[in-house]
Amino acid sequence: MAKIVLDKLIERFAGGEILETGSQHGNEWARVVPSAWRQVAEFLRDEPALHMNMFVDLTCVDRQPAEPRFDVVLHLYSIEKKYRVRLMAGVPEKQASIATLVPVWPGANWFEREAFDMYGVRFEGHPDLRRILMYQEFQGHPLRKDYPKEKRQPLLRRLPGSV
Amino acid sequence: MPVTFYSSKLADAVNWARKYSLFQYPFVTACCGMEFMALWAPKYDVARFGAEFPRFSPRQSDLLIVVGTITERQAPVLRRIYDQMCEPKWVIAFGVCASTGGFYQNYSVMPGADQVIPVDVYVPGCPPRPEQALDALVLLQERIQRGEGHSQVVLKQEKGFDVPLAAIRAKTGTGA
Amino acid sequence: MADTAPTALESRRRVVFGESDVADFDDQDLPTEVMPLMMGPSHPAMHGTVRIALEVEGEKIKTADIQIGYLHRCFEKEAEHATWTQIFPYTDRLNYVSPMLNNVGYALAVEKLLDLEDKIPERAQYIRVIVGEISRITDHLTCLAAGAMELGAFTVFFYLIKGREWLWELLEEVSGARLTHSYVRIGGVVADLPEGWAARLREVLGKVRVAIGDADKLLTRNKIFRDRMDGVGVIDKADVAGWGLTGPIARSTGVPYDVRKDHPYLVYDRFDFDVPVGSTGDNFDRYLVRLEEISQSMRILDQALTKIPAGPIIVDDPRVALPQKRETYNTIEAMIAHFKLIMDGLHVPPGEIYSFTEGGNGELGFYIVSNGTGRPWKCRVRPPCFANLAVLTKVLPGLFIADVVPTFGMINMIGGECDR
Repeated sequence: MAKIVLDKLIERFAGGEILETGSQHGNEWARVVPSAWRQVAEFLRDEPALHMNMFVDLTCVDRQPAEPRFDVVLHLYSIEKKYRVRLMAGVPEKQASIATLVPVWPGANWFEREAFDMYGVRFEGHPDLRRILMYQEFQGHPLRKDYPKEKRQPLLRRLPGSV
Repeated sequence: MPVTFYSSKLADAVNWARKYSLFQYPFVTACCGMEFMALWAPKYDVARFGAEFPRFSPRQSDLLIVVGTITERQAPVLRRIYDQMCEPKWVIAFGVCASTGGFYQNYSVMPGADQVIPVDVYVPGCPPRPEQALDALVLLQERIQRGEGHSQVVLKQEKGFDVPLAAIRAKTGTGA
Repeated sequence: MADTAPTALESRRRVVFGESDVADFDDQDLPTEVMPLMMGPSHPAMHGTVRIALEVEGEKIKTADIQIGYLHRCFEKEAEHATWTQIFPYTDRLNYVSPMLNNVGYALAVEKLLDLEDKIPERAQYIRVIVGEISRITDHLTCLAAGAMELGAFTVFFYLIKGREWLWELLEEVSGARLTHSYVRIGGVVADLPEGWAARLREVLGKVRVAIGDADKLLTRNKIFRDRMDGVGVIDKADVAGWGLTGPIARSTGVPYDVRKDHPYLVYDRFDFDVPVGSTGDNFDRYLVRLEEISQSMRILDQALTKIPAGPIIVDDPRVALPQKRETYNTIEAMIAHFKLIMDGLHVPPGEIYSFTEGGNGELGFYIVSNGTGRPWKCRVRPPCFANLAVLTKVLPGLFIADVVPTFGMINMIGGECDR
C-alpha cells in the first residue's frame, strides 16, 4: 500500500539502523534499532515526500520468551499522502528504555505513559513519566505476560465479611 | 403502650415519606450509565416513583446508586462519598459489575461495590433493562417502609428507634 | 488617563488596589493565589470517570492535569485470555454508546488476519454498515444530549434521549440487547434482520429527524448556548496531526479526515454522503459537526436500506463460523466443528495487523498480534478519545472553570474507551 515509505527509509538509513522491513496484510512495517528511534521518527515526519505528520498509536508488545523482550511499536499516518507505517524497536528487559517522542509529537505523551504503566518501558526525556491507567501505589506492570490476570492489589480495606 | 403505638405509626409515616422522596446520588461510571439515563427519560420515567431529582452532592442525597464498574482506583472515592452521606441512607448496586464485578475478573476491577459499602438492593444485568431498575426501586421502597435498610437497622440498634427522637417527644409529650 | 483631578471613584480604586496608575478597571486582576481544585471523578459533568486536577487563579485555570484510569477494566489482559469470539462482549463495552462500531472494527481486524476480507457475504457487509451507522447516530445523540443537559438545556436531553430509545428498540429487535449487542461475528453477523425491520427503521429515522430538528431549533440560535460554546475550547488545526486527533474533533478544526472516505472499508464506497467539516475548532463547531453527521448517517442508512441484497449473513467456512444448527444436531462433522470453535477458538494464522475504522469519536484502531492459537497474543485498541482528551491539557489553561463543562462534554470522552 505504501512501499515508498519503506524505500525511503532504507535509502536514508543505510547504516544498519533499519534491521528489517516487510509488508503483511496491507501493513508496511520496519524494525528499527532502538538508538535510532527518534531520528527515524523525525525523518518520517519531516521528509516532504512522505510527510507522515500524524501520530496514531504507540504501544508495546511483550514477546516473551523471545529476546529482546519488549517491542515498542509506533504507528504513523500521513494525512495528505495517506501512507501508513509501523515502526518497531526491540528493547531488552534489563535495559527497558528508549528515547521519548514527545518533542516530535506532543500527543505521544499519554501513549508513552501508558506503555510505561502497562509494560515498564521507560522513555528517556519524557516530561512527566508516571502511571496513567493504574493508581500510583500499584506495584508491577500488569500487561507483562508474567503478571497474573487476577492478582489484585486492593487500595482500600474491604468490609468485614466480604469475599 | 401508648408510646409504642404512636411511635410505630410515626415510624410508618416517616418511612412512607422517605420512600417516596428519595434523592438519588447517581455514582455513574460505565455503560450502565446509559441505561440509567434511559431511566430519567420520558419512556421509563423514574419521576413517577418520587425519585426524580438527582442531587450531585452526597450531603443532600439519601440514595446512592452505584452504576457501573467500580475499579480499585475508584473504591476510595466511592467509600468517601458513602461516608459523606447523612443517615439514613440506602445503596442500590446497579448492574452486574457493581454487584459482583461482572465478567471482569482481573487486577483492576473490584468484585462488587459491596466490598467497601453495604448494599441494599442488587440489580443484575449487563446492562439491566430499565424495568429491572424500576423493580429494584420498588423493592427498595418496600424495604424502606419496613425499616430494613442497612443504615436503618444500624440506627435502630444504636438508638433504639429509627425515627427521630425529637419527633417522638413532640408527639407523645413524654420525656423519652 | 486624562490629566484632570482624580474623581472620588478613581481615588477609591487606588486605595483598594494600592497602585498609583490604574489604567482600566477591567484589565486589573484581583490579587489571588493559586488554588488546587479537583473536578471529579464522581462529578456529573465528568461522565463519571475522569478527575481533572485544576489549578485555578480566581476563575481562570492555570494548569489542568487530567487523571484517567478510573474505569480501567483491563480489556487487553482479558483479551489475551479469551478466545477470538469471546472478545466481542468486551469490545461492546469499549465505546458503550456506539457498540456496533467497535464490534465491526474488531471483526474487520481479525478477518484481515484470516484473509477473509473479500469473502464476507455482501448482505453481511450491508448489515454491518446499517447497524454501525445506527450506532453512530446513538453516539452523537448521547453526546449532544449530555452536553446540552450539562449546560442546563434539559428539554433537549429529553428529546434526544427519546430518539435514542427508538433506535435502541430497533437494535434490540436485531441483536437481543439494547446496549451491549455483541451482534457481529468473525465472518459476518450472527442473525439476519427481522421481517419488516427496514420499514420500521425508516419510520424511526423520520421521527429522529424531527427530534434533532427540534434540538436544533432550541439550541443553534440560542444566545445562552452560543455564548457558552462560541469561541470556547478552540483547538488549533495545526494540533490535529501532532496530537493524533481524529473524528468530529479533527473535522471541526478543518481537517477533513474521515476513514470512511479516505480508506473505505465494507461497502462505504458505494454510498453518497458528505463529511461535515468545521472551521474554527471551538465547541460550537463540534456541536454542529455532530448534528450534521447524524443527518449524513441517516442519508447512508436510506441508501443502504434500498440497496441491500439478499444472501447469506455469515461466511460458509466451518473453521471460522459456527455451522447451521440443523447440521450441528444432525451431522457429526458439523458437531465437531462447532465443538472445536467453541472450546478452542478459531485459529488465526500468526501475524500482526493494524486495522482501523471510523468509530464514533474518530479513528478506532485495533492492533492485533496473533501467534497462531485460538487466543490473541495481544489485542490492543487504539482509542480515539484517549488522544482527543490529551489535547485538553493544552486547551484548558486560560479558560474559566465553567468552560470546562461544555469543552469536556463536546470532546465526548467515553470512559470505557479511554481507559479500556
